Amino acid sequence: MPMLSINRSLHLKILSGIIVFGAWEIAGQIPVSFGFPTFFESMAALADMVLDGSLLHAYSDTLRPLAIGLLISAFAGIAIGLWIGLSSWFDWLFLPIFIVMQAAPLAALIPLLVMVYGIGLTSKIFVVCIMAMPVIVLNTAGGVRNTPTNLKEMGRSFLGTEKDIILKVIIPSASPIIFSGLRLGASAGFIGAILSELKITPTGVGDIITYSRSIADYPSMYAAIFSIIVLAVVFLNLLERLEKLLFEGNVRGYASD
Amino acid sequence: MGTHQTRVGGDPSDIPAAAVSARNISKTYGDVEALKNLTLEFPRGQLTSLLGPSGCGKTTLLKIIAGLLEPSSGEVEVNGIPVTGPGPDRAFVFQDFALLPWASVLRNVAFGLELRGIGRSEREGIAERYIRNVGLAGFEKSFPHELSGGMRQRVGLARALAVDSQVLLMDEPFSAVDEQTRRKFQEDLLGLVAEENKTFLFVTHSIEEAVYVSDQIAILLPRPSRVSEIIRPRGLRDKDVADIRRDPEYLDIVDQIWASLRFYVE
Repeated sequence: MPMLSINRSLHLKILSGIIVFGAWEIAGQIPVSFGFPTFFESMAALADMVLDGSLLHAYSDTLRPLAIGLLISAFAGIAIGLWIGLSSWFDWLFLPIFIVMQAAPLAALIPLLVMVYGIGLTSKIFVVCIMAMPVIVLNTAGGVRNTPTNLKEMGRSFLGTEKDIILKVIIPSASPIIFSGLRLGASAGFIGAILSELKITPTGVGDIITYSRSIADYPSMYAAIFSIIVLAVVFLNLLERLEKLLFEGNVRGYASD
Repeated sequence: MGTHQTRVGGDPSDIPAAAVSARNISKTYGDVEALKNLTLEFPRGQLTSLLGPSGCGKTTLLKIIAGLLEPSSGEVEVNGIPVTGPGPDRAFVFQDFALLPWASVLRNVAFGLELRGIGRSEREGIAERYIRNVGLAGFEKSFPHELSGGMRQRVGLARALAVDSQVLLMDEPFSAVDEQTRRKFQEDLLGLVAEENKTFLFVTHSIEEAVYVSDQIAILLPRPSRVSEIIRPRGLRDKDVADIRRDPEYLDIVDQIWASLRFYVE
């Protein structure tokens, strides 16, 4: 039975891939727009960029602010979210900042960041953090606050210290919501990394997109966009694996369901 | 005080000394008086039920004894030592089980020991023994969502037994399981009280359940809550578990309790 369901989900994935890429190919063949290449043209361009090493080189530029920004957002975001969720005073002080951050139009803030931090790595990391951190903070705080009271009481009645209860009850209980915040934050961070390369200085994948658009090499442009989407999907899948590894029973369903 | 207490059955002299005593407990939430000047003793090695209509503060009293809630005034003593918070002398069984959904049965049962800092192999050895005792052998690696309600409460019970506390606090432990499982639980509970030398505090809203399992029944009346009556069934404990429900004394006490409670049920 599990074997069958794995097969089935694999078949469904392949089927949905065929439908999406087939639609892309057809739309490129018509063509819907002069600037819209076919699927196979884009894949050929992608293969070229992989083989001549330019894509790898581009990612070494793009991944640096992305990785640093996501690491900061994950650790600081979960820590701040924990604080906000555990202390009403912290909640009062910090929650509005993150709500504003999440709602703010980032593109309008970029000139400000550049003015203060210049056009280097720092500004780009900031863009990634501004995109990724608020949802991680807000989700963590919400998850912590919604820890079932009976589980916290259970921890206290069996003599758990405050630290025990945070580490062994509150965080695991909030983990599904924290992880969904991480997934949303990570995908927003990918957007932030590309946005910073388009808006601040053209480097890495952002440079490929800008440059190939300027010389009307649309297959390369779409190949670059496609590659970043693939990378984001792979990364989100890895996050899901990590969650399953850490909190097996949580992923398989709540006892109160 | 307006409290009248009567004792039915049992000469006061053959009641064991109190393991837990609650003295003059009051608890107010804002303007609401949940408990008012409540005094009650829980004899050692016996099972005492707190019985009353909903909203009579029986769970509040149990949580105050557990040290999870602070009384507004009054004090609780366990073995002569005042309660200031949760302690190793008491273990709690929760109405809704309060199992960790991400942890296996084994880890859930061992969780109380884990929080006490007992090493992994030792606590898992103890937990395995209690898992067998409650009849869940073979389910050590299962997760709570894979178990039925009755099995989940067995896990909750095993967790409470594993820390080997003198006093077991049970908050409507059988109210979330089905009727047949509940009857089995009640029979098992009688065995447990007889075997283990522990003091049981048992909150329930079921009159039949209270009379079936208790050595002493404290009837709480609401708004504000006080103990209105203490009933000690005399001859039920020596009966076979299968015969208790048709014993005249059982039937009389059930009727008597209903007569005093019906007025308070909307």
